Amino acid sequence: MRSTIEVNGLRKRYGRTTALDGMSFTVGPGKVTGFVGPNGAGKSTTMRVVLGLDAADEGTALVSGRPYAALRRPMFHVGALLDAAAAQPSRTARNHLLWLAHSQGLGAGRVDEVIELVGLRSAARRRVGGFSLGMRQRLGIAAAMLGDPPVLMFDEPSNGLDPEGIVWMRGFLRSLAAEGRAVLVSSHLMSELQDTADHLVVVGRGRVVADTSVAGLIAAASLDRVTLRTSARSAAVTALTRAGAAVADTGHGALGVTGLAAERVVALLNDDAVPFTEVSAHRATLEEAYMHLTRDAVEFRAAVPGVAQGTGRGQEAAR
Amino acid sequence: MSTGIAAPARSEPRAGRHDFAHLLRAEWTKFRTVRGWVIGMLAAALVVVLLGLLSASGNHSSCDSGPVETSCPAVPVGPDGEAVADAFTFMHRPLAGDGAITVRVTSLTGIITYPPPDHDEIVPGVVPWAKAGIMVKESTRQGTAYAAVMVTGAHGVRMQHDFTQDTAGRPGGVTAESPRWLRLVRSGDTLTGYESADGTSWTEVGTARPAGLPSTIQVGLFVTSPGDLTVKQADLGGSIEQVRFTQASAVFDHVGLQGDTPSGAWSRDVVGSSGTTDWERFHRANGVQESGGTFTLSGSGDIAPRMDGQTIERTLTGALTGLILVVVVAVMYIAAEYRRGLIHTTLLAEPRRGRVLAAKALMIGAVTFCATLPAVVVTVVVGERILRANGNYILPVSALTEVRVLIGVAALLAVAAVLALALGVVFRRGVAAVVTAVVVIVVPHVLATTSVLPDSAAQWLLRLTPAAGFAVQQSVPEYAHVLGHYAPQAGYYPLAPWAGFAVLCGYTAAALGLALLRLRRADA
Repeated sequence: MRSTIEVNGLRKRYGRTTALDGMSFTVGPGKVTGFVGPNGAGKSTTMRVVLGLDAADEGTALVSGRPYAALRRPMFHVGALLDAAAAQPSRTARNHLLWLAHSQGLGAGRVDEVIELVGLRSAARRRVGGFSLGMRQRLGIAAAMLGDPPVLMFDEPSNGLDPEGIVWMRGFLRSLAAEGRAVLVSSHLMSELQDTADHLVVVGRGRVVADTSVAGLIAAASLDRVTLRTSARSAAVTALTRAGAAVADTGHGALGVTGLAAERVVALLNDDAVPFTEVSAHRATLEEAYMHLTRDAVEFRAAVPGVAQGTGRGQEAAR
Repeated sequence: MSTGIAAPARSEPRAGRHDFAHLLRAEWTKFRTVRGWVIGMLAAALVVVLLGLLSASGNHSSCDSGPVETSCPAVPVGPDGEAVADAFTFMHRPLAGDGAITVRVTSLTGIITYPPPDHDEIVPGVVPWAKAGIMVKESTRQGTAYAAVMVTGAHGVRMQHDFTQDTAGRPGGVTAESPRWLRLVRSGDTLTGYESADGTSWTEVGTARPAGLPSTIQVGLFVTSPGDLTVKQADLGGSIEQVRFTQASAVFDHVGLQGDTPSGAWSRDVVGSSGTTDWERFHRANGVQESGGTFTLSGSGDIAPRMDGQTIERTLTGALTGLILVVVVAVMYIAAEYRRGLIHTTLLAEPRRGRVLAAKALMIGAVTFCATLPAVVVTVVVGERILRANGNYILPVSALTEVRVLIGVAALLAVAAVLALALGVVFRRGVAAVVTAVVVIVVPHVLATTSVLPDSAAQWLLRLTPAAGFAVQQSVPEYAHVLGHYAPQAGYYPLAPWAGFAVLCGYTAAALGLALLRLRRADA
């Protein structure tokens, strides 16, 4: 049996809104696959379709080769954390896990194991209503681990975790992959995934925009850019565009050059005797690559560029 | 960091036929681990007991003789154990073995005291179920087995036996111009009744096998006349039932006996009559007058099932309030899952949605049944004692009927819980589901039994709405040959107990069907 999630050509509309528009990807065993994209890109909908909660209009979603609805004791095949708030507030954490365990034919012993696993022992007999979001996330992960499944899906598992919890979560996800499980983790923030994920599925507007390794994503974005400061702007632009580069005014007296390496820029300027005060190379970050890829997919972009702090650079570079 | 797991893919327990049992167990764990639901269900059971016993303690009854309070006379019980009225004027003699009696009835008249509209005078007339005819009876002791052929005030010729059984013969009354001949033939255990207009051409009315007739029985003429029932609507719901004294007199001749009967005088008995009314004391006493082979018998009372008394279900007045609590708990049990998004977790654990619904319905039904059955049993058993201690007479019912009432009421609450659960799935909103459940189950019952509606409208409500299920608690049936106020407010439902329960079950099945559609069709 393959420990995989296979999503193939999912389409789904809610009224006039297209939620999924040909979503296709595969999650393989032994690695953490980051499922990343802006809010509204279709991450949660995809996960809900995979888990049989929502029905797609078209396409298939298989867990270990079978539709979720065809799984018997599904929690032995796939564990999922969708919504950490989904628990009866007046039930204790242990009892929440206990009914889930009973539904799969498991006993209280396994419940105590997963409580230990996620570090909730001291809170196990407290009511979930008094839990912080971080504790609820741990409870949801404990629930996902009940059946010790080979496939795991976590929707924004770091939401509400304190810094210590975020570190714990990274280690936990890595260890799950190290055990050979297929782990799919969604986030709308690349920064949450860049140290954790082995593989990235970047989505926007209901479809996959990149399905690649972390290194491959940065390379694919081809955002390498050279910043040039010169007093002879028109001469510089002429020399560089003749060589096939794209040149843009990035403000503050600087020009942005893309399509040429820094060494080649210096050589071209020297050939035409164009004076310059600065040539600096800039390598794109994963975050910039992500922003570049999903630029068109952001449904509700901040109207004022300044609001999207730290992301403006990437967008400017691509302009 | 170690996860503490040696290898993924923990060995899966054998799946298959136990899956549903696991699902049920999970739902039970879910239910019992929310304290509010457990308390709510126990409160429903407690309300049934407390309200029931409270109303039983408030129900007092006494009998008096003039200004003096006396102990109530013992109520006779028929061959099948039901309470009966067995009061009539009887002119009889023993008959050993097979035989027959034949008479001609030439007149049936009587008086009705203070009838409507003004209730201010005594008028001549016979009530519809005044009876005059011939009878064989085990003995003159009240409640013993009998068979009789008779003419009635307004229901023609009838053959009746053992109080509850009634067969119609030719309609029409009796006068001197068109007398009616009656004949009753015993052959072994079987009695056959005949009627004739002329004494030569006979028509069979019916046959009867009264319970355990001895070989020697009493055979003779009888007359009786039940009280005149008037029902007045009281202000603001409720009704006032009044029964007024009547007396019937019938004239018999051509009395013929066949078989082994001793010669000599007839015995004359006024069975079960108090004879205390002014009419009896000053005008005409019940009894027999003879003049040259013509006998005039005057009698009051009835030979029929007795409808006057408390019923065991009167102790279950708290069931309605208990039902509301049960509905609230059942709706919360499912609506909480929708409000918290927990339904997703439930469907991840078991993606086959029909099974999820079945497990939930079965669980809430079973929990309700198990919680309320002991409450219902305690209420009826203790409530009966309290009612009796307060001087009330409780109409006896068979053990089977009592068990049906006890199990039926617990089942009624359980099915109502399932209906409420189904509505919770359909609406996904607690308040909407509770309101709908109360509107379809509780409101029709309240409207129908508090007489804000005319009787016929009340009866239709209890035929067509889920409130029909309350019929399961009716312990004493309605008899077509006994005049009574058979209205919902008096505890009589238009449908038979299990038929009414089936209506509720039908609505519940339909709601479950809708719920299943909603659960399957819609994204969770």
